[in-house]
Amino acid sequence: MTHTALSLRFAAPDVRPGAAPDFSQFQVPVAGEMPRPAIDATPETLRDLAFGMIRVLDDTGQAVGPWADMPDLTDDMRREGLRHMLKLRAYDARMLLAQRQQKPSFYMQHLGEEAVSCAFQRALRPGDMNFPTYRQAGLLIASGYPVKTMMCQVYGNDGDPVRGRQLPVFYSSKEHGFFSISGNLGTQYIQAVGWAMGSAIAGDDKIAAAWIGDGSTAESDFHAAMVFASTYRAPVVLNIVNNQWAISTFQGLARGGAGSFAARGHGFGIPALRVDGNDYLAVLAVARWATERARANLGPTLIEHVTYRAAGHSTSDDPSAYRPSDEDACWPLGDPVLRLKQHLIARGAWSAERHIQAEAEVMAEIAAAQRKAEAIGTLHSGRRPSPAEMFDDVYAEMPPHLRRQRQQAGF
Amino acid sequence: MTMIEAIRDALDVALAQDPEVTVFGQDVGFFGGVFRCTAGLQKKHGETRCFDTPISELGIVGAAIGMASYGLKPVVEIQFADYMYPAYDQIVSEAARLRFRSAGEFTCPMVIRMPTGGGIFGAQTHSQSPEALFTHVAGLKTVVPSNPHDAKGLLLAAIADPDPVIFLEPKRIYNGPFDGHHNRPVTAWRSHPLGEVPEGPYTLPLGQAVIRREGAALTVLAYGTMVHVALAAVQEGGIDAEVIDLRTLLPLDLETITTSVRKTRRCVVLHEATLTSGFGAELAALVQAECFWHLEAPVERVTGWDTPYPHTNEWDYFPGPARVAAACHRVLEVK
Repeated sequence: MTHTALSLRFAAPDVRPGAAPDFSQFQVPVAGEMPRPAIDATPETLRDLAFGMIRVLDDTGQAVGPWADMPDLTDDMRREGLRHMLKLRAYDARMLLAQRQQKPSFYMQHLGEEAVSCAFQRALRPGDMNFPTYRQAGLLIASGYPVKTMMCQVYGNDGDPVRGRQLPVFYSSKEHGFFSISGNLGTQYIQAVGWAMGSAIAGDDKIAAAWIGDGSTAESDFHAAMVFASTYRAPVVLNIVNNQWAISTFQGLARGGAGSFAARGHGFGIPALRVDGNDYLAVLAVARWATERARANLGPTLIEHVTYRAAGHSTSDDPSAYRPSDEDACWPLGDPVLRLKQHLIARGAWSAERHIQAEAEVMAEIAAAQRKAEAIGTLHSGRRPSPAEMFDDVYAEMPPHLRRQRQQAGF
Repeated sequence: MTMIEAIRDALDVALAQDPEVTVFGQDVGFFGGVFRCTAGLQKKHGETRCFDTPISELGIVGAAIGMASYGLKPVVEIQFADYMYPAYDQIVSEAARLRFRSAGEFTCPMVIRMPTGGGIFGAQTHSQSPEALFTHVAGLKTVVPSNPHDAKGLLLAAIADPDPVIFLEPKRIYNGPFDGHHNRPVTAWRSHPLGEVPEGPYTLPLGQAVIRREGAALTVLAYGTMVHVALAAVQEGGIDAEVIDLRTLLPLDLETITTSVRKTRRCVVLHEATLTSGFGAELAALVQAECFWHLEAPVERVTGWDTPYPHTNEWDYFPGPARVAAACHRVLEVK
């Protein structure tokens, strides 16, 4: 009888700082090759869509294949998409700088992932509800939410709708279908399913969109959400944003032996798609397909958006400590802004000059909003919410013990 | 009416009068709950109003939070309070703080019902009293009824409340007013005045205690099963105690407590949960802060021991009438 000394596998990325970036193991399927099934296709027939990658924009900027078939998508709408991404990028740049000046305590940017939230939002309707993570501000930008109000939240000043109670970037807007953000990762995923169940119980026609990162799919909340979405066939789109990095841990640590995050849907009988998250048109096409399924009462769809977090996790993070510092430049799916720009130019609907002009316009718009926000205040200066408000909204009606404590605090 | 019937009656009334109320949890739909609190409700109100869930406390509470934020009023059942822990993050970090963190934009009007307490040979996974884990959390309300009449009125008030309410149901008194004498024949609610439950809707305000027995020599603070234990103990011990049934732990009716203790000048605090950092510690601290110059004796606590709830030796763990009476006598003997 032989005895094998048992051991564990400790998953690790292919390269670490000091080595050259290496994406040779990362498969980039040819754009336009994935089929576009009918929305009522059974999960079994969709199996391959969880392992390949739905891509619309090819290397020359042409929109190709069945997922490119969006006849109602005008040049104006495509340009608007580009503008949303430029706006998010400019907003991030200004807020990053403001954080270095200590105007907010903290900031989290979207660099490289702008297409995911900006494109997805365009498939939603007023009244639908996103349950986002902290890296989907494009949902707000693309729905026309005022940038100045976002900045007030980041600064925690007197213009902050959530009254300085939340970390910067933890926005909330019922009107814009953006659920209040939690810092406990993953909790929102099952809540999105519950919201969608509520809509269906009420006989409403509104749907929910759940958001989670690759790393947080390891949380039990993800499993609970998949079980409930599958059991009740809730009208929800379950998005996983695989940006390759959960702070310092690479995506393989949460994925384990599964072929992809999208493949997680298969055990639950939930149709699952894997999409090029840096391809604005592919994200939009997939979002339309999944939201249409949900609206037709065909139940949930799982979408893995494959993208890359080009910047640090937050302003408290230094990615050069755990990955090659030039890895983002080698990311095989490119830059979502440049890819949509290339597409618009190839269509004859855009030019390099207009792009430079648009960047300047967007930056001027953001800078103007920033001046207005800062005229109200920043974390350390100007008008801030009164500390007495700390005692509000703990309950609808303030109970006696809180009234007493507010008095003791001197408010 | 038993407490089970009273809770079912409250749910029936709520489902009938408010189309936003939904009832769900493990085994609560077709079967009607392992304690039968939802029996017949699915048949009467339909599957979208009362349904079964997968075995996931996290899923039940997380889905309920989403549903409440949509605009419904979920009333969910956790089969035993002991099973609540997988949902604790959702309760503490999400349900409790949603109103605060969104400045009132999103709210969470929901009720989480859970059978609590021991005395049924349920051992360490079917006997716990986790109330202090909820009263410690800003944004939650915690209710513990002690009889069928209150259970119905408090549950309807909890459902009407705009904030998340933890509704703890002492399972040992589901079927009768158990007074801690486990060797005596079981008594039924039908012979108890508080087993009389009015028909139709009525509410009892959250945050209002009630004096179950007036007395002059000391005040006993209790809730749930321990109210009945207290009444038996002081009756049998010939103790002139005022017994207060707190009914709601948070918000707490501090006025009823302090008025009584300033009168009697002595106080004993009871609960079945473990002693250290239990809700009794909060009560004792409040009583000493508010009534210090009136007190003639240190406040005593009679609680479960700081051990997991045992199976075979359950009755050596349970703070029964003998321990309660002994504590009352000790407090009365202080000159």
